[in-house]
Amino acid sequence: MSDVLERLSPLFRPRGIVLAGVSSHPGKFGAVAFHNLLRFGFAGPIFPIKPDGAEVFGRPTLSEVSQVPDGAADLAFLCTPAKLNAGLLRACAAKGVRAAYVASGGYAEAGEDGRELERELVETAEELGVALAGPNGQGIVSTPVSMCAQIVAPYPPPGPLSMVSQSGNVGSSFMNYGCLTGVGYSKGISCGNAAQLEVAEFIEYYAEDPDTLATLVYLEGLEDGRRFAEVARAHALRKPLVVLRGGATRQGQRAASSHTGALASDDAVFDGVCRLAGAVRAASVEEAYEAAAAFATQPLPRGPRTLIVTAAGGWGVLTADACVRAGLELIELPDDLRRRIDGMVPSRWSGGNPIDLAGGETRDTIPEVLDLAAAHPEVDAVIYLGIGIQAAQANQFRSGPYYPDHGLDRIVDFHERQDGRYAQAASEASELHGKPVLVATDLALTDRDYGNSGPLGVQRSGRIVWPSGHRAVRTLSQMLRYSRWLSHRST
Amino acid sequence: MSYTLSEHESKRLLADAGLPVPEERLAADAAAAARAADALGYPVALKLCGRGIAHKTERGLVRLGLADPEAVRREAEDLLGLRRAGEESAQVLVGRMAGGSRELIAGLVRDPQFGPCVMLGLGGIFAEALGDVAFALAPLDPPDAEDLIGALQHAHLLDAFRGEPPVDRAALARLLVALGEVAAARPEIRSIDLNPLRIVDARPVVLDALVELEDGA
Repeated sequence: MSDVLERLSPLFRPRGIVLAGVSSHPGKFGAVAFHNLLRFGFAGPIFPIKPDGAEVFGRPTLSEVSQVPDGAADLAFLCTPAKLNAGLLRACAAKGVRAAYVASGGYAEAGEDGRELERELVETAEELGVALAGPNGQGIVSTPVSMCAQIVAPYPPPGPLSMVSQSGNVGSSFMNYGCLTGVGYSKGISCGNAAQLEVAEFIEYYAEDPDTLATLVYLEGLEDGRRFAEVARAHALRKPLVVLRGGATRQGQRAASSHTGALASDDAVFDGVCRLAGAVRAASVEEAYEAAAAFATQPLPRGPRTLIVTAAGGWGVLTADACVRAGLELIELPDDLRRRIDGMVPSRWSGGNPIDLAGGETRDTIPEVLDLAAAHPEVDAVIYLGIGIQAAQANQFRSGPYYPDHGLDRIVDFHERQDGRYAQAASEASELHGKPVLVATDLALTDRDYGNSGPLGVQRSGRIVWPSGHRAVRTLSQMLRYSRWLSHRST
Repeated sequence: MSYTLSEHESKRLLADAGLPVPEERLAADAAAAARAADALGYPVALKLCGRGIAHKTERGLVRLGLADPEAVRREAEDLLGLRRAGEESAQVLVGRMAGGSRELIAGLVRDPQFGPCVMLGLGGIFAEALGDVAFALAPLDPPDAEDLIGALQHAHLLDAFRGEPPVDRAALARLLVALGEVAAARPEIRSIDLNPLRIVDARPVVLDALVELEDGA
């Protein structure tokens, strides 16, 4: 096992957890963390510490750390007042704890006294050889061991993503998108004040972690920019890294007696750092999440040649514009592909790219067209628009006053089955031909309550649905940039 | 605090580092300026050159396209008369007019978080207004430099353009790599501006340069 995997293993894959600061008041951090660990079924023993030893959530607690069996826990999760934590760390280490997450506030964020307590905490951790995350952080999630060691929601479904965030709430947002779309997380951590373990260490860990296929990072500031650049590059050479940065438009206090100095904004320099490191920059939480989810679930495009398949005209037109603006190549529809489609649908179809079948499709047309599109040697990527419109009408039929009479029951079944098949066909074509097929529809947002079989089918295939063609195009251009960086760097 | 080398000193430093700098001469008076112009060949450009002199265009310290010794003497005399207090040692820098039309800006800056960074941008007088610039951590290797060139939004301006051949990207990349090496070799340098970096016969030439040093260096 590599050094970083070994060192951070008790943080992400603890055998047992000492939880200090457990309270009988469900509004307190310690009670919330205890609840969340129990609620999601952490796969190991939990040793809640409460000075009076009283039951919490019907479970006994220990009044002192000294009552924890030797070697039974390797992670301490501390929600206790800051001034107690260095002592608790010592008591935990004596029991075999090798990592600690400090959720408590009252440290560097709280002024000079807090800074002193933070220094003492770090010194203690270093003396004991304990890996220290936090303080003043939201917590850790690790789905392989069913661990939700957090003082807030959410707990995302298991999945191929991991995240590290310098803001607890942005970390929650990253994970909430996992809850929304179903493409979930292996691990997530909020760095808090990052007194000892910083973003760079977690990037290194995720680069090595076999459960992580793509990593999301939220950053505001960096102690050591060069180290970040190095670990980001090493990560990107192995797997995709998506970076969202806050404070990017803040004007640096820079002496600018040169043109170069005046032009060297934080944002411009950081852009250069990411470009060279192969880290994909995103401008918003949703953009970052969508890029990471695509990286983790779809093949990379080998080039810019994009083909759009759409169920209706306007979406295709808008998405075609977006492709061109994003620097993707909206190819001329290859002749052989045109002839194949000519043989499948009435002549009113678009005859070009976007492929708009203009309602002329029959039972098997869309699955066949998706397969032909992804298979074609002149196509690097496919964007499929408009899934779910049949199932959306089916829902109107089903919920209206005429159902199930007048033949509505049969058509409802047919429509719902069809959209489910289209979702499956998109994912199968993508996997079979090793090319990205991005499915976009706003029904992903509007039709969640009843589960439209189109977007729901995409989710069942383990992928995300983009809520618009523009957002799919944005992701595709990020995938292309990373793919180019990778091929440039590995030759 | 910091101070800036004269244009001539800046260019000598860059030439020693392997950057392409045109042949130029310093002249202490009008007669010497005319002799320098005779030796370099006409037409020439004159600039007042001394430590701390920046923003030459704004101050009217650049005279372009002078075609004969008479014009050189007259303009040199005029420039020397524009020296301000503290600029008594400034001289006239004489250089041959360069061809080409496309102008880039390149530079070096030490970022507080990331350390030395090389910049490339579309340049000349529009550099800051356009803001089409990209950065790379120094030192850079040749692929990094190629990547930096490609990162400009308007990198296509480096292709064949209005009768001029495409820019020799390898030569431009070598310049950027050399600029990055200066950062490591000369820690006392706080920043460098190469502006403009003119494309002459497909290759970049440093037409003006400003090197800023830490005080006491």
